[in-house]
Amino acid sequence: MNGTAPTGNGQKPHITVHDLTMAYGSFVLMRDMNFTINHGDVFIIMGGSGSGKSTLLRHLIGLKEPAHGEVLYEDESFTRADAARRQQILRRVGVTFQSGALWSAMTLAENIGLLLEEYTDLSPTEIREVASLKLALVGLKGFEDYYPSQISGGMQKRAGLARAIALDPAILFFDEPSAGLDPITSRLLDELILDLRDSLGTTVVVVTHELASIFTIGNNSIYLDVDTRTITSRGPPKELLARSEDPKLRRFLTRGGRENP
Amino acid sequence: MNQVSFERIDNDILLIRLSGSWHLRGGLGSSGAFERELQAFAAVRRAGFDSQKLTDWDSSILTFLARVSDVCRQRGVSLDLAGLPAGIRQLLVLAEAVPERAGARKEVTAPSLLERVGASAIGVAGSAAEMLAFLGDMTVTFVRLFRMKARYRASDLFLLIQQCGAQALPIVTLISFLVGVILAFVGAIQLKQFGAQIYVANLVGVAMMREMGAMMTAILMAGRTGAAFAAQLGTMKVTQEIDAFTTAGFSPLEFLVLPRAIALILMMPLLCLYSDFVGIAGGAAIGVGMLDLSWTTYVQQTMHAVGLTDTVGGVFKSAVYGVLIALAGCLRGLQAGNSSSAVGDAATSAVVTGIVAIIAACGIFAVVFYVLGI
Repeated sequence: MNGTAPTGNGQKPHITVHDLTMAYGSFVLMRDMNFTINHGDVFIIMGGSGSGKSTLLRHLIGLKEPAHGEVLYEDESFTRADAARRQQILRRVGVTFQSGALWSAMTLAENIGLLLEEYTDLSPTEIREVASLKLALVGLKGFEDYYPSQISGGMQKRAGLARAIALDPAILFFDEPSAGLDPITSRLLDELILDLRDSLGTTVVVVTHELASIFTIGNNSIYLDVDTRTITSRGPPKELLARSEDPKLRRFLTRGGRENP
Repeated sequence: MNQVSFERIDNDILLIRLSGSWHLRGGLGSSGAFERELQAFAAVRRAGFDSQKLTDWDSSILTFLARVSDVCRQRGVSLDLAGLPAGIRQLLVLAEAVPERAGARKEVTAPSLLERVGASAIGVAGSAAEMLAFLGDMTVTFVRLFRMKARYRASDLFLLIQQCGAQALPIVTLISFLVGVILAFVGAIQLKQFGAQIYVANLVGVAMMREMGAMMTAILMAGRTGAAFAAQLGTMKVTQEIDAFTTAGFSPLEFLVLPRAIALILMMPLLCLYSDFVGIAGGAAIGVGMLDLSWTTYVQQTMHAVGLTDTVGGVFKSAVYGVLIALAGCLRGLQAGNSSSAVGDAATSAVVTGIVAIIAACGIFAVVFYVLGI
């Protein structure tokens, strides 16, 4: 397993995870995880319920500290960086949380605007314009002055994505993007993810168990296995479906046996 | 009514006859009779069912059959389900399709008294450490505020000032007025015996200015605003809004805790001063209405009794209580777990922590003021 190998074009990997062990006290969730995420990848973290996919995401963005091992951004240790450096690294990162996690005391435009206010020198009118553009990208044009509680769950999720891309991040993290979305919206979201990758070169990391999304957008992936508590397979999802010998992964990728998902 | 009977076929086959209607309302069938039957005929190797007289059924029969199946497995008897209706067979297969996950079952053990005492002692030490860490972080945050480096939204601050200032006035008015009335009433009964009714003004004035104004406002605000802070922050934690702040590079302490602390530090002294005057007005109402004192006499006597030191001391205390309420509320909110009941617990715990901190601070102030001769 070439855990930390450099990418083919000589570029440093975007994110490297080195010997990561995740634990809550003495309860080990996953151990000895090694993988790299390259620039421009749409990287899928998959696994059954309770395998620790979302916890792994929390480790990658510093919301939880590893029990062992480290996370590196472009070969610089994020785990060992001090708070100020971490904030600098996170400024190039956008995260969409499972429920959207919009700041409920602010309107959608203010949610997006807060980041622009903090990290750019734009004037209030310009900020408003950028916020409108980001909302238009996720299909929420005209909803600038709505509060999160006034829109549906699916719309909150999309608005969360608009906030995540406010600063044109280099890496976008998605926690279960299509959970709770209707099939059409979730497909639009998939297309949006690919568009962002193609137009801005954004690296995308997605935690999901939606097979349709996995095969449509993923060009690399890891599979977390609950029973052995580590990564059992890795590679492009379509290739894994075609070649993998691991019976558990096959069951996962074929919805428990049907070969044509 | 559910009925089970048994019949032996050959020497080693047991036929279980199910009849009647099986409903949860009628109770679950017992597998005791089946076990006795197996014990009586130890040679039985196979068991089957006859369900021709079974009229209707629900989950009660499935539970019974699951018990029967367990008994058969323990005794090495093979169970033939063919005689059961197709619906029941399907559900039984479904119930046994996914085997129990190893280690999934929780061991229910009652810890010994010693173990529980130890665990809660470790818990107390842990929460004290968390509290100290939070205090340390907040100190750093305040230092950043004074160096003009702290970032928070001014609009949040103004909203909070309104919430814990102007909007608290009605309840503070009511409680302070009543406290003034009660103090005057209790004092009047005693002082009347000596013809010293006029000193009711001193009693109410000094008590309100030095202690009661600050204390009553603080306890009110701990219940009203401290709990609200904990609930707000706790809910933000459940909905991952706090995570969103952290990953956006914003410190939750600066964005959420700091404006709340500033709002209370600014508003508590004002509320306290207001409460002092309303309390004295309550005392005056009793003095004038019951003790035949004139308004002028009462006010003059109060002004004579109360010094600037008393007033400033009370107001200073209230600012400190404000910090304690804000920190207790925010700390408990940030510590909240990820469920709706955890948010409720956080609010409760914020009020308890706030009031304990206020009373402890009040005791310390009493000693310090005594030593300083204030």
